[in-house]
Amino acid sequence: MFCCPGCKAVYELLHAAELGDYYRRDAFPGLKPESSAEFAYLDDPDVARQLLDFSDRRFSRITFTIPQMHCASCIWLLENLYRLKDGVSRSTVNFPRRQLTVLFEHDRISLRQLVELLTGIGYEPVLRLDQLDRPKTRSRQRSYALKIGVAGFCFGNIMLLSFPHYLGADELVNTAFPTIFKYVMLALALPVLFYSASEYFRNAWSGLRSRMLTIDFPLALGIAALFGRSLFDIITGIGPGYLDSFSGLVFFLLIGRFFQQRTYDQLSFDRDYKAYFPAAVTRKTPTGETSTAISKLALGDRIIVRHGELIPADSILIDGDGYIDYSFVTGEAAPQQASSGDRVQAGGRQMGTAIEVEVVREVSQSYLTSLWNSASFQTDTPRTMTSLADYLSRWFTAAVLTITAATFAYWVRLDSTAALNNAVAVLVVACPCALALASPFILSSVMRVFGRHGLYLKNPAVAEAMAAANTIVFDKTGTLTSPEPTDLTFDGAPLTDMEQRLIKALVRNSTHPVSRRIEKFVTGETLPVQNYDETPGQGITGTIDNHTLHLGRADWVADAGEMPVNNPYDRTPATYLTIDRVPRGRFLFGSAWRDGVAQHLPSLTSAYRVAVLSGDTDRERPLLEKLFGADTGMAFNQSPHDKLARVERLQADGHSVIMIGDGLNDAGALRAADVGIAVSDDTAGFSPACDAILDAGSIGRLPRFLRLSRLGVRLIQVSFVISLAYNIVGLGFAVTGHLSPLVSAILMPISSISVVGFATLATSLASRRTGL
Amino acid sequence: MYVVIVLMGASLLVAVGFLLAFWWAVRSGQYDDTYTPAVRMLFDDPAANKKNNTNDSHTSREN
Repeated sequence: MFCCPGCKAVYELLHAAELGDYYRRDAFPGLKPESSAEFAYLDDPDVARQLLDFSDRRFSRITFTIPQMHCASCIWLLENLYRLKDGVSRSTVNFPRRQLTVLFEHDRISLRQLVELLTGIGYEPVLRLDQLDRPKTRSRQRSYALKIGVAGFCFGNIMLLSFPHYLGADELVNTAFPTIFKYVMLALALPVLFYSASEYFRNAWSGLRSRMLTIDFPLALGIAALFGRSLFDIITGIGPGYLDSFSGLVFFLLIGRFFQQRTYDQLSFDRDYKAYFPAAVTRKTPTGETSTAISKLALGDRIIVRHGELIPADSILIDGDGYIDYSFVTGEAAPQQASSGDRVQAGGRQMGTAIEVEVVREVSQSYLTSLWNSASFQTDTPRTMTSLADYLSRWFTAAVLTITAATFAYWVRLDSTAALNNAVAVLVVACPCALALASPFILSSVMRVFGRHGLYLKNPAVAEAMAAANTIVFDKTGTLTSPEPTDLTFDGAPLTDMEQRLIKALVRNSTHPVSRRIEKFVTGETLPVQNYDETPGQGITGTIDNHTLHLGRADWVADAGEMPVNNPYDRTPATYLTIDRVPRGRFLFGSAWRDGVAQHLPSLTSAYRVAVLSGDTDRERPLLEKLFGADTGMAFNQSPHDKLARVERLQADGHSVIMIGDGLNDAGALRAADVGIAVSDDTAGFSPACDAILDAGSIGRLPRFLRLSRLGVRLIQVSFVISLAYNIVGLGFAVTGHLSPLVSAILMPISSISVVGFATLATSLASRRTGL
Repeated sequence: MYVVIVLMGASLLVAVGFLLAFWWAVRSGQYDDTYTPAVRMLFDDPAANKKNNTNDSHTSREN
């Protein structure tokens, strides 16, 4: 039951605390209501109002996202918040979404205290800028569930009422029953028509208006024909009509639609830059440090940015040693040094010690946000993914209408009533139900298989777009390589054990990220250091075991008079080392490929045109050429706009592009591409707007994902053939005038169920074959 | 034979009852999270609550 000792400890602690009422109040003496100023901005009524779901005079309700919850004990603890703190009335966990909904009395516990309580027990809620002005959306799944429920209810009852007719009991019981039954059936069919099937008519109509024939058009036509024909039959007393087929059709179709709408609730695919920023920053005021909501940050404010925190707005560095990682924003792998007076840009992540910066531009006008606001990034128009089903339905609709006309023309010479009947029967039987079901079922099972292996699609249609692609564009930093330049090499004669010990002793004293990494690189036990000195942003020096070491930037080591600058080749970030004033060599930071990149991705070049767009310098070009071959399109020093432009140019040349990137610098290209896949180390964390999120550990599976998506589309084509075969059989009945309600009632479910069965079985076979 | 009409009405009434129950269940969010409730029901109610401390936890829950 417990995933970790921590959970068990908490559980036991709480259980122990409950043994007597006496102890309950003080179960958590460590949680002081007034802690740091970190969450002070939550006391701001404006901020609080935007965060709360609902609030009345006594109670407030709020929904937090807490990615940390991961086991039953977490649920238990979070749902027992009311025992930890007075004022919390009820807390409910939605585990799949990692959400906690808390109802609390705001007079007895403030929002800030609540967040502090959660943080205190280890579940710090994610409070992001985009939550502060999010539109509250309701899930569409609910409305589908209701529509399916209604359609299923009516379908079942209509079927039951149709049984006498199936069994030929109409003639046996020569009473009013059949008539009464028919009208009850008609009454039951109305909610199906007006509620459950309403969407098909709406979609068909809006498709017609924009001159697009989607699969919804023949479906709406079939549904309308079925209902109209049944209505006519019932009113004129010819027979009971096809209401059973009608409601069954809508029921099955809606189930298909339900699968088509599936997505991963806990992931967000449509985030903009606001989701990247925290909701609040630490502001420095004359009286001390306070926490301010980021939306209230003004020009000239001084803020403190600590290790690992983001710079929220373009600023000037006032104090501290800036070592800023822009890789997420620009794609440059190496963090940049910044010293007092330098300009630092929004989106950079400070590594190392805390810095103080002064805001020179508002958050909404920084370089980073301007990327989003510039016109080329406003590709907001919903992408029209012409799916295979939609494409086919154009031909299908045309064929059906032709056959209908032909049938009518043939019969009209013999019998005008029969002509109308049979023409309608063609429309009825040609309704591409199985066709409409095949692709949602296949694609959603492909999506499920992908999800099991770390690729999360926004919706099943993405799988189809993946199969159609012929070009793959990779970002380098953070996508092919690990975001942290972990691959450290020493350029120079190999270090002896003694030298390694000297270096280790020296770097142990520094908290600078580069020092920390070098410390991991060298081995040996530590030695005492004398005369240690650190020049912030430049380097460190010290005397160990009678050797004087200097370690730092090229110009600093040279300025210190120890090393002649003989290296104009240097654009690579390197850390220079001298021992006893003799140049010894330099530490180079290289990027390491992510797991699986080197083994599996080169195979992509045989089937796809592969390109690499990097915001970084071209120093890793040889490595990339070794990976993908020399004729791969590569471009370096690409700005976000360049990337977007290149993707668009490829598309203009007729290529269907998959863009794989990770950072904000890829955001435009990800959206412009036919399929944008964001690579993320933490799928619950931030990723730019995209069509799919790929867990970074699974990038090596990319060729298999692509193969399965192609197989999936092949399977859809096979199912189309199967369903067309059913349609042709049905048309045979219809054209010759033999389509009785019974034949229709048998044919329709059999075709649907067999296609769905084929889709499910074949997809699981295909995924086994691709090794997923 | 006309009892069939009554039976039909009764069966439809029962079915509509179930439909309404389903409607309510969806609307009240019971299908939004199908995982957590299964875990939640396994948690024991603390024994101490029943003996010493009936009032407090109940008032806070009823809200």
